[in-house]
Amino acid sequence: MRRARLALAVTAAALLSVACGGDDGDDSSAAPSDEAAAETTEPADAPTGTVTVLAAASLTESFEALADQLGDDYPDLEIVYSFGPSSGLVEQLLSGAPADVLATADTNTMDDAVAGGVVDGEPRIFARNTLALAVPAGNPGNVTGLADLANPDLRIAICEPQVPCGGAAQRLLDAAGVTAAPDTLTTDVKEAASLVALGEADAALIYLTDAAAEGDAVETIDVPETDQVVNDYPVALLTDAPNPEGAQAVVDAITGEPGQTILGEAGFLAP
Amino acid sequence: MSLDADLSLRRGDLELRAALTVAPGEVVALLGPNGAGKSTVLQLLAGILPLEAGRVELDGVTLDDPAEGVHVRPRDRRVGMVVQDYLLFPKMSVLENVAFGLRSRGMPRDRARAEARQWLTRMGLDGYERRRPGELSGGQAQRVALARALIVEPRLLLLDEPLAALDAGTRPAVRAELRRHLGGYGGCTLVVTHDPLEAMVLGDRVVVLERGGVVQQGEPAEVARRPRTDYVARLVGLNLLTGAASGRTAQLPSGAVVALAHDATGLVHIAFPPAAVTLSPSRPEGSARNAWPLVIADLEAHGDLVRVTADGVVPVLADVTPLAVADLGLEPGGQVWASVKASEISVYPA
Amino acid sequence: MSRTRRTDDLRVPAGLLIPAALGVAILVLPMVGLIVRAPWGDLPSILTSDEVLTALRLSLVTATVSTGVALVCGVPVAWLLARTTLPGRSVLRGLVTVPLVLPPVVGGVALLMVFGRRGLVGGWLYDTFGISLPFTTEAVVLAQVFVAMPFLIVAVEGALRTADRRYDDVAATLGATSWTTFRRVTLPAVMPGVLAGAVLCWARALGEFGATVTFAGSFPGTTRTLPLEAYVAINAGDSDVAIVLSLLMIAVSVTILVGLRDRWIGAA
Repeated sequence: MRRARLALAVTAAALLSVACGGDDGDDSSAAPSDEAAAETTEPADAPTGTVTVLAAASLTESFEALADQLGDDYPDLEIVYSFGPSSGLVEQLLSGAPADVLATADTNTMDDAVAGGVVDGEPRIFARNTLALAVPAGNPGNVTGLADLANPDLRIAICEPQVPCGGAAQRLLDAAGVTAAPDTLTTDVKEAASLVALGEADAALIYLTDAAAEGDAVETIDVPETDQVVNDYPVALLTDAPNPEGAQAVVDAITGEPGQTILGEAGFLAP
Repeated sequence: MSLDADLSLRRGDLELRAALTVAPGEVVALLGPNGAGKSTVLQLLAGILPLEAGRVELDGVTLDDPAEGVHVRPRDRRVGMVVQDYLLFPKMSVLENVAFGLRSRGMPRDRARAEARQWLTRMGLDGYERRRPGELSGGQAQRVALARALIVEPRLLLLDEPLAALDAGTRPAVRAELRRHLGGYGGCTLVVTHDPLEAMVLGDRVVVLERGGVVQQGEPAEVARRPRTDYVARLVGLNLLTGAASGRTAQLPSGAVVALAHDATGLVHIAFPPAAVTLSPSRPEGSARNAWPLVIADLEAHGDLVRVTADGVVPVLADVTPLAVADLGLEPGGQVWASVKASEISVYPA
Repeated sequence: MSRTRRTDDLRVPAGLLIPAALGVAILVLPMVGLIVRAPWGDLPSILTSDEVLTALRLSLVTATVSTGVALVCGVPVAWLLARTTLPGRSVLRGLVTVPLVLPPVVGGVALLMVFGRRGLVGGWLYDTFGISLPFTTEAVVLAQVFVAMPFLIVAVEGALRTADRRYDDVAATLGATSWTTFRRVTLPAVMPGVLAGAVLCWARALGEFGATVTFAGSFPGTTRTLPLEAYVAINAGDSDVAIVLSLLMIAVSVTILVGLRDRWIGAA
């Protein structure tokens, strides 16, 4: 029975990996790789080193573009992102994940971080986002408005209520008086956006910016109620930031130029 | 009912080319050293291995004819097989093992089991129906394997080293019993063995296979008396020389001359038992004796006697008493004269 | 935890003992961490909450159905790999065992590309029969089979390779068809391997996450199995629930593994 015992050992290892939650990493981290521009004259007080930024998934495209631009100004500054659902990021911070900057997709999750004592100073709102009713190109489900989200024959993706985009979606549906019949609750707004882009979901409530980021694969349906639900995006320095100078430079860039321009181009509203 | 096989197959180092016939009711013992191709012959006859060239015909039905694209599947051949370790299906009861062939051929369970019970009775295994194969002795397992093979009435029964898995103590009784059961079976039987005693006792005829070819065949007594290869001679315990005879002498390839009791001509085999060899320290007296000066290569206990291997112009095995070993001061490397009376020598055409 | 100490323990070389201790620590400490951090007081209420019970029921049902599907399809695949001389067999073996090393999320994407509503097969199913697999419990089963069946195939193929093929030959000479031989002779002989493979497969299916969340989505009662529930909980900032769910999965697995292990040792 040596085989059986070996099999059991393998099983035990497999189970452990699940138990440890080590199955899959969904948080993609992107590190811009601008090897320093051939510039030798730079201000003596220019920030250097690595800055780790935990940011809401909906900020992925904008923040990566921002890192590209900052690379020109601060060649010795490296920005490492971890994108994910804001609530999950806060949970990581509270468990002791080392990071310099936190940017969330709503104030509730930032409040949790503040309450947990990991935030240094006052968070600042740097952008606002609205939801969009997104459908695949060509609108195969003939979705015309929020009421269609109650149609059980359509395949609907909405964010999990505990994450910011899900919370926003719930407020929007409440405002419209619609009880949605979702087929899947994603933990991450990007997941919902991908499902629409792939045509697997007939409609999803995602941020306007995420709908825009999917390009031609996704269309949005005009919904008047979306104006009523606006998410504020706060950013904050973190108490245990390993690189406070670099972190300050990144936050300044997000709240000022060039961040505001990039965010505006992506469809975010100014604070 | 008879088997007529002409087998040809190349497989690794083995190049098998052998013709075999087995008459109805006849038991043929296929004797040969390891690697001679005995098991390959069985696999070919059972249809497990495909034949490369040649032909197998059983009971007037062609089972294999590669040239014509004929190959009958194992399950349609009606060739039964009992192997060394019996290979009883370990998860089935004894009764289910015996009934397996009938069930596989579509017989209803109750009838198959009733028939299997009769076979177990015939094999002296009443009361063992519900045992698992693991609970049987070697002899019992062999009888179950035999019953399992015979119940489907094969036209050819193949036995692969049927006694090799038994301990020496039980072997004679099981061998005698097997002999009795085979006697009651009307089909062709081929027993593969490397044990000469087994071949002599079980076989009506012995076929010797060496390096993929048949080197000798005949009745057991004939093979035992007149070996034709060193391998057979060693098995039956005879010295075997080959020489060119003319009148009452034969010349060996080494140049030595052997005196014969009777006239002979042409290429002959010369055989004599080791016990007929006399060893002495100097050239023995006497006229009609064969005597050669040799060097002792090896001494080995052989029953009550000591078997002496001596090399020289005539390589010889001699059986002498331990007393003689002491008296003559025999030891490897020592010189000795070996002599054999012409009357002890049997001569037959090579 | 009890430990038996034998005198020959002293002869274990430090070069083996230290890395071994480290290895065990890496494997066992996470479980200890969960046990230490577990909200024991809230345990009963969390375990009996609707979400957890729903996810538990779904997990048990889907893992069991998946194992059934894997047995029906995987054992024949293992037989093909072990017992035939199919051309391209080693390529086939490589292909069917790829999910062992593939990140499950990639598997989920691949499943979406094939069985999604616009996928190769899924598109046809949808256009012809109006069947759409993603976001259904069937999709959970499909994802679990995709990820877990290779474990069964590998275990059963190994068992088939070590099983004595001469039994099959004997069965053939007795007139058995290859199907009868497989059913009555081969399968009983490799049953321990099949069992071990099924247990591995079941455990892997129970823990399946990446392919499920990607291909089947995540909706309570339909597709949200225990690992997905744990993932949702951790991302919603509810680490207590996540810890309890992890402990639950460990408990279920350990119970089954220990139970089967005893049975196997008893039978051996």
